[in-house]
Amino acid sequence: MTRANAAGSLSPDIPYVPAGSRRIILAYLTLAMVALALGGLVGPFQALNSIGVNLYDYLPVTSYYHGLTLHGVLLVLVWTTFFIAGFLSLVTIHGFQRPLSSRGLERLAFWSMTLGLLVAAVPILLNRATVLFTAYPPLRAHPAFYIGLALVVIGTWLLSANVFLTYRDWRRENPGKRTPLIAFGAMVTLAMWDLASLGIAVEFVALLIPWSLGLVEGTNVLLARSLFWFTGHPIVYFWLLPTYLSWYFMMPKQVGGKLFSESLARLAFLLFIPMSLPVGFHHQYTDPGVPTSWKLVHAFFTFVVFFPSALTMFTVLASLETGGRARGGKGAVGWFFRLPWKDPSVTAQLLAMILFALGGISGLINASYNLNLSVHNTLWVVGHFHLTVGTAVTLSFMGITYWLIPYLTGRALYSPGMARLQAWLWFIGMALMGRGQHWLGILDAPRRTMLSDAPYYAAEWLTPSYLVAAGGIVLTVSGFLYLLNMALTAWASRVPAQVEVPMAEPLQDEAAMPVALDRLRPWVVGSAILTAAAWVPMLWYMTVAHPWTIRGFTMW
Amino acid sequence: MDIDRLERFWIMISIAVLAALMLAIVYSVRGFGVEVPTDVGQVDPRTARETEPFNQPGVRQVGPGHYEVVMLAEAWRFEPSEVRVPAGSTVTFRLTSLDVIHGFRIPNTNVNLMVQPGQVVEATHRFNEPGTYHLFCHEYCGAGHHIMDGMLIVER
Ligand code: HEM
Ligand SMILES: [Cu+2]
Ligand SMILES: [Cu+2]
Repeated sequence: MTRANAAGSLSPDIPYVPAGSRRIILAYLTLAMVALALGGLVGPFQALNSIGVNLYDYLPVTSYYHGLTLHGVLLVLVWTTFFIAGFLSLVTIHGFQRPLSSRGLERLAFWSMTLGLLVAAVPILLNRATVLFTAYPPLRAHPAFYIGLALVVIGTWLLSANVFLTYRDWRRENPGKRTPLIAFGAMVTLAMWDLASLGIAVEFVALLIPWSLGLVEGTNVLLARSLFWFTGHPIVYFWLLPTYLSWYFMMPKQVGGKLFSESLARLAFLLFIPMSLPVGFHHQYTDPGVPTSWKLVHAFFTFVVFFPSALTMFTVLASLETGGRARGGKGAVGWFFRLPWKDPSVTAQLLAMILFALGGISGLINASYNLNLSVHNTLWVVGHFHLTVGTAVTLSFMGITYWLIPYLTGRALYSPGMARLQAWLWFIGMALMGRGQHWLGILDAPRRTMLSDAPYYAAEWLTPSYLVAAGGIVLTVSGFLYLLNMALTAWASRVPAQVEVPMAEPLQDEAAMPVALDRLRPWVVGSAILTAAAWVPMLWYMTVAHPWTIRGFTMW
Repeated sequence: MDIDRLERFWIMISIAVLAALMLAIVYSVRGFGVEVPTDVGQVDPRTARETEPFNQPGVRQVGPGHYEVVMLAEAWRFEPSEVRVPAGSTVTFRLTSLDVIHGFRIPNTNVNLMVQPGQVVEATHRFNEPGTYHLFCHEYCGAGHHIMDGMLIVER
């Protein structure tokens, strides 16, 4: 609900959300968008570089790799994490219909993340941390880079502590009630992340920070790398679960439908806690020092973790179908076209889903153990994650902000038409670029490489590279329209917003839902045990048997 | 908990497809012998140049039709950077890195390796046809990463 005050500015009066929380949520989202803008800016330069057009003289970065570090860190770490922090804060407050339990923790989480971001940003911008977002040792960045990122992770822990405290308070007043769906989604996401982020926390705090400070001379490269991937795979579910939260628990409402099956939705969410963790070695199929038996175990679990995503595909589509039919859609596919494509928030997320299906399929190939040999570290992988985190997640987050920013600011979206166009352009741009990158990967073109200057550039790489360049330009236009629309909404929109937080209702009241589907603790404990079994023996072996003497290098 | 009939069907299909893919992988490993690298030991990068077999980078014949290529990776070159083997031979590549992590990719083959300091990495491939392979490093290793390459020449 919104009131226009005398001066004509709009001040929203949003239920349950204290003014201070609203400011913090908006600050998270603003920082996310700044990261999207700066990181995205480098994208077209990379895309054009693959056709041999080197425009890096016009970009204030020192090298291709300096730009790529900015692109990777800002987009995949900052844009996602800061958006999620803001979104899940709102979802928790709205779901439980009460403010977060601790104002102090809320501020501390925000400042830990923001300070961490600033501390890490300085060495990155000054070309003192050109190690790409994976930061594999023995490439050694300035210590501030690792310290800053560690502070960001700690901030996410503080946020999740606050969410769990809020749950505790809510539960005390609502014994026996089922956890509201959206709040449940937020809690599962954060529980999974708290477990998952232990890997990178240990990597940074125990290995890389002391090493970069010069307190120890050498480090253990493969152990660090494995700890990175302990977190590095589940982090994709840290991005995807908030996306699924919107697809499952919000979109049905936005399209005028119902959540098809509450129990399977909850089950899918919960399954991600155990299943996203014992899989990290699928990023290390081509690594030395890891026995094939362990790689195969992680390959097996990787296939298992596809299962909850397959469930998601069914439930989400079936839920959307209830909406399409309620709107008069007929036939096997007719309902799909009857969905409210006029609503940019819906359009963006529907298009995101379509490309996600393709990204999921290329992910199956990456996961396929020895098939990975033909795609590992090629542009195929880059195509895969631009369809997944770059579209399924990013375009969905954009779609969410099309209602969320109006909701938080009280100002109607400046231009829904521009927003729809933006979503379609992102879809088209990513389809082109993704196609080009997958194709390049099959032709063995490496990723993370300044192709314009590579002596082994093969003639056959040029045609697909044109797709990448064309897609990159379309995407840049789309990204610009998005940010423009957001800025105009914040500063120029004079129309009061008429939005609510969309919250879907289940199709049936499932009185008989098993209680285990509304409990976190057994899932977390089970996941911890499974994770320990899948990781501790190898990590221990690396700790005792692999060299700790590897010196650091600054190679840029 | 009641599950919709169609959804039950979908669950079954998903599980069946994933299981079939998993079996296909196991079959391709056992049946075609396409295997990923495994743990073949460690070596200290500071002394690797004096350590067997890295004290003698290069090609040597280890059996009838079987060659071994020992290579060192360092910023931003492979040593040796050119290798010749006869067509029809089976070649085992054995590498380590003297500084940061590098990659080792021979296009159009299954040879795709991460070359790490402290670790020995190995892959074997059979080269049937004569030809030239422009191999390269495909893991970011610093400012000159994109110029790190080598030649593998399969001779008649
Ligand atoms: C304007 C839109 C974008 C364009 C044109 C673009 C283009 C590219 C290109 C060409 C690469 C390959 C560079 C290389 O491997 O040498 C790349 C890498 C990457 N992109 Fe994007 N991208 C865009 C948006 C995004 C978004 C929205 C995300 C994620 C949210 C993203 C995440 C990444 C990541 C994680 C990498 C890999 C960085 C690394 O290897 O260290 N990109 N991008
Ligand atoms: Cu992964
Ligand atoms: Cu390299």
